[in-house]
Amino acid sequence: METVLELRELAKHYPGHRAVDGISLSIAKGEFFSLLGPSGCGKTTTLRLIAGFEEPTTGKVLLDGRPVAKLPPYRRDVSTVFQNYALFPHLTVAQNVAFGLERRGNSSKEAVRGKVEKALALVQLTGKEARFPHQLSGGERQRVALARSLVLEPKVLLLDEPLSALDSKLRKEMRQQLKLLQRRVGIAFLFITHDQQEALSLSDRIGVMHQGALLQTGTPLELYRQPSSRFVAEFLGDVNWFEGAGVRPEAVRVSREAPLNPEHNTTAVVQRVTFLGNCVHLEAKSADGADCIVELPQRHCDFQSGETVHMWWHAADEFRVPEGG
Amino acid sequence: MRRLLAVYAGIAYLFLYAPLAVLAVFSFNASKIAVWQGFTLHWYGSVFHNPALLEGTLNSLVIAGAATVISTILGTLAGYAIWKRRMPWLTNSLYLSLLSPEIVTGVSLLAFFAWVFRFGHVQLGMHTVILAHISFSLAYVVLVILARLRTFDPTLEEAGLDLGATEWEVFRRITAPMLLPGIVAAALLCFTVSFDDYVITSLVAGVDSETLPMMVYAMARKGVSPEVNALSVMITVGLGSLILTAGRLERRGR
Amino acid sequence: MRRLSGGKESVRFQILARQFALPSTVTMIALFYVPLLIILAYSLLTRGPYGGVMLPLTLESYRRVFDPLYGQIFWRSIWIAAVSTALCLILAFPLAFYIARSGGRKTLLLNLVMLPFWTSFLIRTYAWMFLLRDTGLINTALLAVHAIREPLPLLFNDGAVILGLVYGYLPFMVLPLYATLEKLDDSLLQAAADLGATPWVAFWRVVIPLSKPGAVAGSLLVFIPCLGAYLTPDLMGGGKTVMIGNLVQNQFTTARDWPFGAAFSLLLMLIVLGTTRVLGKRGEELL
Repeated sequence: METVLELRELAKHYPGHRAVDGISLSIAKGEFFSLLGPSGCGKTTTLRLIAGFEEPTTGKVLLDGRPVAKLPPYRRDVSTVFQNYALFPHLTVAQNVAFGLERRGNSSKEAVRGKVEKALALVQLTGKEARFPHQLSGGERQRVALARSLVLEPKVLLLDEPLSALDSKLRKEMRQQLKLLQRRVGIAFLFITHDQQEALSLSDRIGVMHQGALLQTGTPLELYRQPSSRFVAEFLGDVNWFEGAGVRPEAVRVSREAPLNPEHNTTAVVQRVTFLGNCVHLEAKSADGADCIVELPQRHCDFQSGETVHMWWHAADEFRVPEGG
Repeated sequence: MRRLLAVYAGIAYLFLYAPLAVLAVFSFNASKIAVWQGFTLHWYGSVFHNPALLEGTLNSLVIAGAATVISTILGTLAGYAIWKRRMPWLTNSLYLSLLSPEIVTGVSLLAFFAWVFRFGHVQLGMHTVILAHISFSLAYVVLVILARLRTFDPTLEEAGLDLGATEWEVFRRITAPMLLPGIVAAALLCFTVSFDDYVITSLVAGVDSETLPMMVYAMARKGVSPEVNALSVMITVGLGSLILTAGRLERRGR
Repeated sequence: MRRLSGGKESVRFQILARQFALPSTVTMIALFYVPLLIILAYSLLTRGPYGGVMLPLTLESYRRVFDPLYGQIFWRSIWIAAVSTALCLILAFPLAFYIARSGGRKTLLLNLVMLPFWTSFLIRTYAWMFLLRDTGLINTALLAVHAIREPLPLLFNDGAVILGLVYGYLPFMVLPLYATLEKLDDSLLQAAADLGATPWVAFWRVVIPLSKPGAVAGSLLVFIPCLGAYLTPDLMGGGKTVMIGNLVQNQFTTARDWPFGAAFSLLLMLIVLGTTRVLGKRGEELL
């Protein structure tokens, strides 16, 4: 794995507030990496430190092995797609996309135009070169922002919650397009989001942040099945805690009869059964008094509220986290 | 209660506009006294045939033009600087110059020029008036520009930096072009304020740099005349349209 | 917590900002502060034989400033300015209140108030002369309908000056009052009504106190120019109403007593600064 971006003990302290508290991670060339966390966890600040809009208090930012923390944004080979796209309203789509190329000044007009055309074709906006941003839809504006950054062929593309301004249907569409795009251009993407579904579906690897710290890094599967802390476990999805062991709702089996294998089981009283179309959510209170939520295939919708049922799961499906994690 | 207020508001607006409306009406009066005696454009014509008035107008235009260009450039840069970095000294100085009574600004500049002229063969003239106008109009420009910048999206500048533009390039290619309506609005405001000034101008003008307001003042002092009425109407319409244009530009692109 | 580069906390633009501010800073020093310092110096010098100034240094000018003869001018100026400000406040308040409750037409109505102000002050003053003088429109009309036998002396007195000042600076009172009243939440008045207050009581106990910042800011913006007024007392007062502004102007032109004029200018400036300090703190948010 060839590292293209490395953060070493990166920290940003404000008076009375540690926005980023010493995080270290590496991103490989061509990797789709997501920084996932709730609002205020420091993921946006981290992005701004990498892009160059803030200077770190301590720590290093290394791009292709070279330290860049002292460099201004216009001398770093990274490009940012802003949450509000930040398209220049007084320039056309083509002029927006060409902006960075013109600043470099080392290409002829024809070369610039050619690159702009290619970039727009990549995001499927051919034909809209002469439009102005206010004439475009939200999704189109986002694609212009992508084209504008990608045309510069940066080493890393930073995306600051790019899908959060779109409505949910568009968001799902754009997710897939973004993934395909990343595969095609082969540039490392650093994707900031608070939406765990987005992170899980798009990323090669995810880093979960909370209160300025990087809690865990790993593939989506690793994080989901082997979370290293309670926070990570609960942020990535629902968890049932049975005496210190965490089990995902879809890993719990429910039956009226006692299971054959008496390990890893408990009894519970059904509180509510919710039919969701493709599955059933069964909420129950376990023998220890814990609230559980189980996801069952839809054919199991005949459990009644008030029933006592047996719940059991495989050892492989449970994970344990350190106390206070 | 609401109706009472509406009636009051109506009277208030009448109060504000009546004097000017009356002037306008009587500028077409064929008689010199305040009794209507027929419609005429005679007085408007005589204004255009008055060489002194034309010269005064030219002087006013030149002075306002020069002061506007310089004040607008300086003021735009200063406004941007204050937006970027707290500069209490400059901000307070500008506010102070805005609040200063014109008579104090005027005499202090007169004293200043008198003192400076000891070191050279310079006299009061167009140049002193222009400098004086720059001094008091700068604050107006900064005010308009700052108001405009308050609604400016800073991520646009960040995007510029991100794409490879230096801070100066960001200002030149992104911020300034987007500020253009505001800059023009500030310039029009500056022009209006400069064109209309009497107090400061009268103190620092030389013999060859009489401005239009100075002439209007002299004529008003002598007494009322329909020629002054006509001239007043033209000036009011001219300045009024500048201000309306400035207002429209200010609102555009918000 | 977002730190955006355009805001005051920007790191990258500091050098550029300092460069940009330089020409204006130089201009302010050269064309605003230095002249004031020179006025200060002149106020301490002696009157020259042909105008201008010369040594020796003396406090004579200041002594004369506090002479009761000139004290009259001083107090009269304050009185006229105060009355004008009070009238502006009373007249502007209902208008500002009306505009603030006018929904969609708010901006239009407000602009209509401000528009006259931006045309020529000189011409607006002249327009009143046209209306008020002995052979002006009002007198001519009243004589024509035999309401009066002789022309009323409407011009060239203190009343005319106050009228001119109120007319000239009314928009400056409307604007800050409007800004404050516009923020007034309707629900406050509804709550007052709910608690048993009649509209009149609600007005006095809720609206008036909450509009104080606007009233203070407006008073500042009106009182100061009125105090230093020159054109209005000159044209509307016909030389009979002498305010500080006229006195200063006279000293620097006809009377050629620059040190005395300078001393009075500084006194005026000090009053302006003092009033700004006292009132400015409360009206600051609006400015």
